[in-house]
Amino acid sequence: MTGSDPRVVSRRGLLAGGALAAGGALGATVAVTAVGSDDPATRPAEMTPVAEIGLAVEPFHGTRQAGVATEPQAHAAFVALALRPETDREALGRMLRLLSDDAARLTQGRPALADTEPELGLLPARLTVTFGFGPGFYQAANLDERRPPSVAALPALRIDRLSPHWSGGDLLLQICADDPLTVAHAQRVLVKDSRPFATVAWVQQGFRRAAGAEPGRTQRNLFGQLDGTANPKPGAPLETAVWVPDGPSWLRDSTTLVIRRISMNLETWDLLGRTDRELSVGRRLDTGAPLTGTDEHDEPDFDALGSGGLTVIPDFSHLTRSHVTEDRLRILRRPYNYDGVPGADGTADSGLIFASYQADITRQFLPIQRRLAERDLLNEWTTPIGSAVFAIPPGCPEGGWIGQQLLG
Amino acid sequence: MPINVNGRRLRPAALVAAALLTAAMAGCGSSGDSSATNPTPSESAVPAADAPADVIGINDPWVKAADKGMTAAFATLVNENDADVTLTGVSTEVSPMELHEMAMKDGEMVMQAKEGGIVIKAKSSHLLEPGGDHLMMLDLKRPVQAGDELTFTLTFADGRTQSFTAVAKPFTGAEESYNPEHGMPDMSMSPSAAS
Repeated sequence: MTGSDPRVVSRRGLLAGGALAAGGALGATVAVTAVGSDDPATRPAEMTPVAEIGLAVEPFHGTRQAGVATEPQAHAAFVALALRPETDREALGRMLRLLSDDAARLTQGRPALADTEPELGLLPARLTVTFGFGPGFYQAANLDERRPPSVAALPALRIDRLSPHWSGGDLLLQICADDPLTVAHAQRVLVKDSRPFATVAWVQQGFRRAAGAEPGRTQRNLFGQLDGTANPKPGAPLETAVWVPDGPSWLRDSTTLVIRRISMNLETWDLLGRTDRELSVGRRLDTGAPLTGTDEHDEPDFDALGSGGLTVIPDFSHLTRSHVTEDRLRILRRPYNYDGVPGADGTADSGLIFASYQADITRQFLPIQRRLAERDLLNEWTTPIGSAVFAIPPGCPEGGWIGQQLLG
Repeated sequence: MPINVNGRRLRPAALVAAALLTAAMAGCGSSGDSSATNPTPSESAVPAADAPADVIGINDPWVKAADKGMTAAFATLVNENDADVTLTGVSTEVSPMELHEMAMKDGEMVMQAKEGGIVIKAKSSHLLEPGGDHLMMLDLKRPVQAGDELTFTLTFADGRTQSFTAVAKPFTGAEESYNPEHGMPDMSMSPSAAS
């Protein structure tokens, strides 16, 4: 489920899709031809043919849920649901069977059962649907003793200006794909099947660079900063930081997710010169390198002194305040940008959907968050306006459903 | 999982696409295009070795969730045999049932019992869908809630039977009384009927 490369759907699936579009203009081979009009041998290696992006598949079934360690897709919708008062443990089971079936089909490029727009289900574009359980989910199931202790509303922080419109939620559906139409259709299908059980609490939609635009690069936020450089590397570091290694079946191979909606004040950020912008973060804007280095992944030297006797990387920089060295204390950031409609005077409504995965929120996320809330130059230009926490339960095998270890 | 029928693994994109093709042939009950409906014989609906041979393949079965009254079940019926198969009846514990079709009568589209049953042609598939042939549930004894799994038993002309399980989906369409020629759907069920 995790760590495996996305693969392209089988030739059979491709042909079926082609058959569906027979006579139409959307044949997969047509798209390949259009992109690959040059000799394939001369095409840049990293260039991905269009049809491969549409047909690429991420697994749904497995011991862990996809959408966490998965290479981030270009588009995301975070859908938080509020359970109806009558939705109990039995109803949650029915709901999650339906939603898991929808996810299992759509992620593999198959329309959902009773899909009213089946043609929109044929291009998965690495679609993942990741389920998260908020504190209210465990209460509704009358299973609060099974709630991971760190999955609880975060302590109030001085910097917070939280709005209920972006906070809380009992059940999270994190929908990610390299195609925005695929995300929209999956969201529609899942919300429709959720309606007997829940209402929509909030939806946050975000984006990164388009698929294939900048392969393998750390994403940039709307301040122009590289965002996610310090993530735990795939392999042992990520294993240690993200996944719960043991415990009962509903905890093993689970993780937790903190979603913070961070408003970024582009108007006051505009007032800063480039040097001040780089000092506030402690990194260069172009390469993302620490101010004491030349490469993005160079280790920062917090003791290095500049000509004025001050440290090169300011003590209150974002890099200094958020720095951790132990893998078990790291968090996996998988953020998306949001960009709303500017006001009449042009004031931007922009920011970050900060999504952080970690085995334990209290051990990993909170210490970093507290240090940042206490002192971080970036706080001057950023404001948390939403906050939610979820357990990301283990995955499910084929024929199973998400949450069955907990509810079953 | 509801997508498994009698131990069979349902076939993914190929059959779904075949079902879509069938659906696209408006008004045509079954597709005669065997290349579309049966592209992967080795993978399609092969009965488990220790199970009695099923009469047909039943793909993607589902029921429209309803609190009371009438509702219906749908699926794609796949006949891999060399001979036509005729479905003559269907039953479930939850409701009396009939095989229904939509037909033009006096210039209006109406739902009616399907005389002579539903024929699934050899090497072909037959789509049971909202607005077309369907398995009608006439009078629910209890609510069919979203996510419920219901068991149905099909009876064929030669007396053989076959059971399958279908999951209940929230679905605002499938209004069998809806007459697209002469009126609007029931507004309580189709809140977004803007056209």
